[in-house]
Amino acid sequence: MRFRLNAVVGAVLIGLVLAAALMAQVWTPFDPMKLDLRARMQPPSAVHWLGTDEFGRDVASRLIAGAGTSFEISLLTVAFAMTVGAVLGVIAGFLRGWVDRVLMMLNDALLAFPGMLLALGLMVVVGASKYAIVVALGLAYAPTMVRVVRGTVLSIREREYVEASRMIGNGEGYTMARHVLPNCIAPIAVLATSMFGWVLLSESALSFLGLGVPPPAPTWGNMLAASRPHMDTAVWLSIAPGLCIALTLLGINLLGDGLRDRLDPRMAVA
Amino acid sequence: MSDPAHDHPLLSVEGLTLAAPSLGVDVVDDLRFHIGRGEFLAVVGESGSGKTMAARAVLGLLPPGIQRTAGRILLDGEDLAAAAEPRIRALRGAAIGMVFQEPMVSLNPALTVGAQLAEGLRLHHKLPRDEIRARSLEMLRRVQIPDPERCLAAHPHEFSGGMRQRIMLASVMLLKPKLLIADEPTTALDTLVQREVLDLMVELARDHDTAVMLITHNLGLVARYASRAVVMRQGRKVEEGQVGEILRRPSHPYTRNLVDALPRRGAAATPVSGEPLLAVRSLRVEFGGRGWLRRNRRRVVAVDGVDLDVRAGETLAVVGGSGSGKTTLGRAVLRLAKANGGEVRFRGRDVLGAGGRDLHDFRMGCQLVFQDPYSSLDPRMRVGAIVAEPLRHLPGMSDADKAARVRGTLEDVGLVGFDARFPHELSGGQRQRVAIARAIVRHPAFVVADEPVSALDMTIQKQVLTLFRALQRRYGFACLFISHDLSAVEEIADRVAVMQSGRIVETGTVAQIYDAPSHPYTRALLEASPTIDLTRMLESAA
Repeated sequence: MRFRLNAVVGAVLIGLVLAAALMAQVWTPFDPMKLDLRARMQPPSAVHWLGTDEFGRDVASRLIAGAGTSFEISLLTVAFAMTVGAVLGVIAGFLRGWVDRVLMMLNDALLAFPGMLLALGLMVVVGASKYAIVVALGLAYAPTMVRVVRGTVLSIREREYVEASRMIGNGEGYTMARHVLPNCIAPIAVLATSMFGWVLLSESALSFLGLGVPPPAPTWGNMLAASRPHMDTAVWLSIAPGLCIALTLLGINLLGDGLRDRLDPRMAVA
Repeated sequence: MSDPAHDHPLLSVEGLTLAAPSLGVDVVDDLRFHIGRGEFLAVVGESGSGKTMAARAVLGLLPPGIQRTAGRILLDGEDLAAAAEPRIRALRGAAIGMVFQEPMVSLNPALTVGAQLAEGLRLHHKLPRDEIRARSLEMLRRVQIPDPERCLAAHPHEFSGGMRQRIMLASVMLLKPKLLIADEPTTALDTLVQREVLDLMVELARDHDTAVMLITHNLGLVARYASRAVVMRQGRKVEEGQVGEILRRPSHPYTRNLVDALPRRGAAATPVSGEPLLAVRSLRVEFGGRGWLRRNRRRVVAVDGVDLDVRAGETLAVVGGSGSGKTTLGRAVLRLAKANGGEVRFRGRDVLGAGGRDLHDFRMGCQLVFQDPYSSLDPRMRVGAIVAEPLRHLPGMSDADKAARVRGTLEDVGLVGFDARFPHELSGGQRQRVAIARAIVRHPAFVVADEPVSALDMTIQKQVLTLFRALQRRYGFACLFISHDLSAVEEIADRVAVMQSGRIVETGTVAQIYDAPSHPYTRALLEASPTIDLTRMLESAA
């Protein structure tokens, strides 16, 4: 029962983030872009629930508006890294031979590069935009996924049910898709949920370096980055987006664990 | 006959009850037995009978989730169940030694053999270093480890399973315990090695006047080594007595079941003539030695010029010890392992060189049943889907036909209504039935069965073998039955090929091989097989 409660808490947290993202399309308390230089750096009050930033923009509105962007970037990035990583990992681990050697050589070269540096380089080349971030961060994180999936596949390919599939006359592609990949789900799910957190933070880091989603569009990452100089005078500016990031991470992790258990027939309660 | 053990029992277990509160059941229920000094007691039972838990309770090593709720365990009059942990620790090893089932994991791979032998001596006897070394060497010599000096400095992975079990035995007997608990010590070993290890264990126990509690499911071993036996079922003792009595005149129906489950020779088959279905000629399989990174690895010849014929509908058994190459032979015949030379023909057509269409046709005609039913079924598929999967390559079949075929096959193997279950919800025997159903659902002409019953309990073995026989009669497939268990082979095979170090040393009908073996290796295998001994004994008594 415990894991079900956890999954429900996770689902509620993620649901709140998604609801905020949807709501931002039609209504926010204030216009998140609107400057109001008379109301700069106000602490939380009845009018501005979470205060205002150095340009007098309403923090609550910017958080709501940024939810969609931050969540979308992280989700797409993880999906991208997961797809590339799982497919290449299964192919390399299952087929072995020169395919494995070439793929792993490229993969290790990418891994040897600091992920952030790689993303930075790509961003400089293609320019800052939402999808550029997705591709850049996705490529930075995919090699880890490839490694993990390949390792799992190496052990699964020796199981007898894989051999049985070959005896039945199934092709290698079918065997990979039907018998190998589904049995890799547990490690993929664990890695993907932790990756979600790393990506949210990396997006903030890119924003911090001025290569994230270009201002004035709000994301949790660039809000956190922008709050840094005012940490001593306006602490609410960093607490609010920080808390949002932390709660989203918690939600994703709880939900991910719940889903993984749910998807594993061995964990199902009779 | 008066039983001297009753006067001064070394170990006496009184009303032991072990409960698993999370499951709400008693795994051991009011168990009573005793072992005299130097006595050899066998505790017989199948999986789930609670025999291992009872032994662990004696050592105070119950796994988490299982608790002792009643009973006393008296060792020399001292109640172990009431003793404090430090006292138990002092007795563990020194007074009660234990040998586990799996020699591959019971030695620490990171420590040298010498360090592991010394551990117990240092802990319990506080001896000087050279004394420890001298005693270790002597004991290794005693368990017939070649080059004991080198062995002390070696790591466990350098030894075979049989050698490791000897080292394990040496480390336990070094402390001269009063009681040795051996939990299925040779189940993972082949017949010849099993005999060597157990003979050695009996000798050592006699030398040190150590009592032995042998936990096993193998009645043959009980008959050969034990003087008294306790039969357990579902946590209860169902029968206790002198071994000869119990086996010849079992009083409890369950014991009778166990005795009846002993493999007996099947009816002599009428010799099948005509073209062989599968013909193997001078087949050769080698491992290792290739690739520039593995240059210095030795090349191992696993299968060395094997000739075999399997005719339609017959069962040819390949028997041999571990490392004889029998599994590799089966895999090479099916092209799951790469052959380095020779020829395999199926229905007269070449197999080894076949590609594309021909290979597909070959695959359609053969199947394989694996040894381990726990890893041969995809844990994420339901039974129905597992059995249906081979049918996706039969183009002419409608979905309704396929569903009917799956239903019929599940009925054949006695698993009606199991379609929606997952493998983890089945017992070992049921899983093996699913594996058999998957193998025969396409009605193949040839099935390779690689040790299909060696992971199963005795009564389940019997059921699966009987089922296999019945299916073979109904569908007429030929079978290459690979096994190290000569008694199972005697029951199921028509002809037998004996394999030693990659070569077939003798081939013949069951009667020829079992009644008049000509090759010394065959004779050694037969002599080492305890179950065959036992069935002979029971037959001559009847």
